[in-house]
Amino acid sequence: MEPNLATSIGPIQLDRPVMLASGILGISLDVFNRLYRSGAGAVVTKSLSTEPWDGYPNPTIFGVKGGGWINAVGLSNPGAPNFAKMIESNQDVPIVVSLVGSIPEDFEMMIKQFENCKVTAYELNLSCPHVAKVGLEVGDDPELVKKIVSTVKNSTNIPVIAKVGLGTTNYLNTIHTAIDSGIDAITAINTVRAIAIDVETTRPILSNKFGGLSGTPIKPIALRCVYEISSKYDIPIIGCGGISTWEDAVEFFLAGASAIQLGSAIGDNWVDVFDDINKGISQYMKRKNYSTIKDMVGLAHKS
Amino acid sequence: MHINHNHPTIVTIEKVIDETPTVRTLVFSDEIMSTVLPGQFAMVWIPGVNELPMSIMISKEFGKAAFTVRKHGPASTGLFNIKVGEQIGIRGPYGNSFDIKEGKLLLVGGGTGLVPMMRLLTFVKPTDDVTLLIGAKSKDEVFFESLANGILENNTHKVIVSTDDGSYGEKGFVTDLVEKLVNDTHFDAVYVCGPEIMMYKTVQSANTKGIFVQASLERMMKCGVGICGSCCVGEDLVCRDGTIFDGHHLSQNKEFGRFHRNKAGILENY
Repeated sequence: MEPNLATSIGPIQLDRPVMLASGILGISLDVFNRLYRSGAGAVVTKSLSTEPWDGYPNPTIFGVKGGGWINAVGLSNPGAPNFAKMIESNQDVPIVVSLVGSIPEDFEMMIKQFENCKVTAYELNLSCPHVAKVGLEVGDDPELVKKIVSTVKNSTNIPVIAKVGLGTTNYLNTIHTAIDSGIDAITAINTVRAIAIDVETTRPILSNKFGGLSGTPIKPIALRCVYEISSKYDIPIIGCGGISTWEDAVEFFLAGASAIQLGSAIGDNWVDVFDDINKGISQYMKRKNYSTIKDMVGLAHKS
Repeated sequence: MHINHNHPTIVTIEKVIDETPTVRTLVFSDEIMSTVLPGQFAMVWIPGVNELPMSIMISKEFGKAAFTVRKHGPASTGLFNIKVGEQIGIRGPYGNSFDIKEGKLLLVGGGTGLVPMMRLLTFVKPTDDVTLLIGAKSKDEVFFESLANGILENNTHKVIVSTDDGSYGEKGFVTDLVEKLVNDTHFDAVYVCGPEIMMYKTVQSANTKGIFVQASLERMMKCGVGICGSCCVGEDLVCRDGTIFDGHHLSQNKEFGRFHRNKAGILENY
């Protein structure tokens, strides 16, 4: 029997377990359709704000010599109202709408915009490492996390995910608060705050100086986080951070993730990466006699 | 050591050529950039200013390449003002390249859209019959005419300049000339790079006649590798799927010739 790649992340049902991570390519419905056809189980949008944001001037992204990427795009996005209009005609693609804001009212306002859209879930970005007043600054403030998650949960019946990252407080406390406030699932982790300096010109490369490190260098850290969360809490997890092969994906399932997200891998392998990983997972499952993704989730904790 | 082409490599500008009052060519040494395919681009970092995508210009000297820039916004003006001995960072090369056909070729370049055309000229075969159209606003803004004639000296060729105001060469828009040429003469392939409307009309003219045509698109870019999504045109990413697209493909694209995205990713009319 062919293995079944469908997966459940709590109340979220997906046909395939590999999702597009937020911030990557997530700007037009045409591209979403293409990614879905390329094998993505769902696409997460760029993090949307109440109003359009231009982001930072270039350089905003570059490859790190040893591997991986550092970016400080600065959450450029067309704003939730424009974006909602753009995806109103969506029929087929499971879209997870990523939201970023600094107060509960921001999120309430944005969710209203999507009333006429087909949205699979909301993902609250509580962990962007390079924009002030939002992202990690919110995630590091338990009171604010509590207020935002409760407000969002009261504003919609659609499942809500919190995306966490490594900030100045213990990320497990943020997760604890989010769970207490009714969150449906956790995405872990975001990029890790980083910097790179050019030795010839003796200056930081990014216009914002600080950015977020993504790609293969952060994979073992992300995997550690998923393993820790899975050991400590009974909450569905989406693993994210440096995944570029089917083996990486399986590692995350074994650590406790029910689905995974990727982004940087597209920079190296282009959109073929989704189908490549789907096929690899499928072959692995066949070889190991796993019939569903669920059979693998958290197995590493049992051995 | 393995070189990560996504990380900026610092090069020193060795020569600056004034092409027109607003256009300069900056020459530097870089073996990889000196041998790129026609249409490929680099992300160019002007330290302390910005980073922008630039088509990679040829240099007559071995192992060297160049960027030809028109001062326009802050980033391109920053590059325009770079002096001999100053440093810039380059990453790439990125993007695909023109499919090189044989026979009777029509190349159309507007402004710095001539850059990929100059590199394409170095790839034509001695048996090819080449027509190059150079579009410019006025006489002051015409450049690369003698360079093109030099590259093509052993080919059957024509270099035709048209200026919007008629101050040099033929008077009028280069697209009217394209329309006339493809109606009067058989071409095996048409290549175009320049302002979007110019490319749109050229593609239309060639498509109507069933001639193979390719255009090199330009959009705002951040990453250059298909991650950030800034340069999407319909479902295509200019940096990764392009910058070169076939005319037939472009005729199916709802945004080509009509919209581009601003910094926030909102569609705006051309």
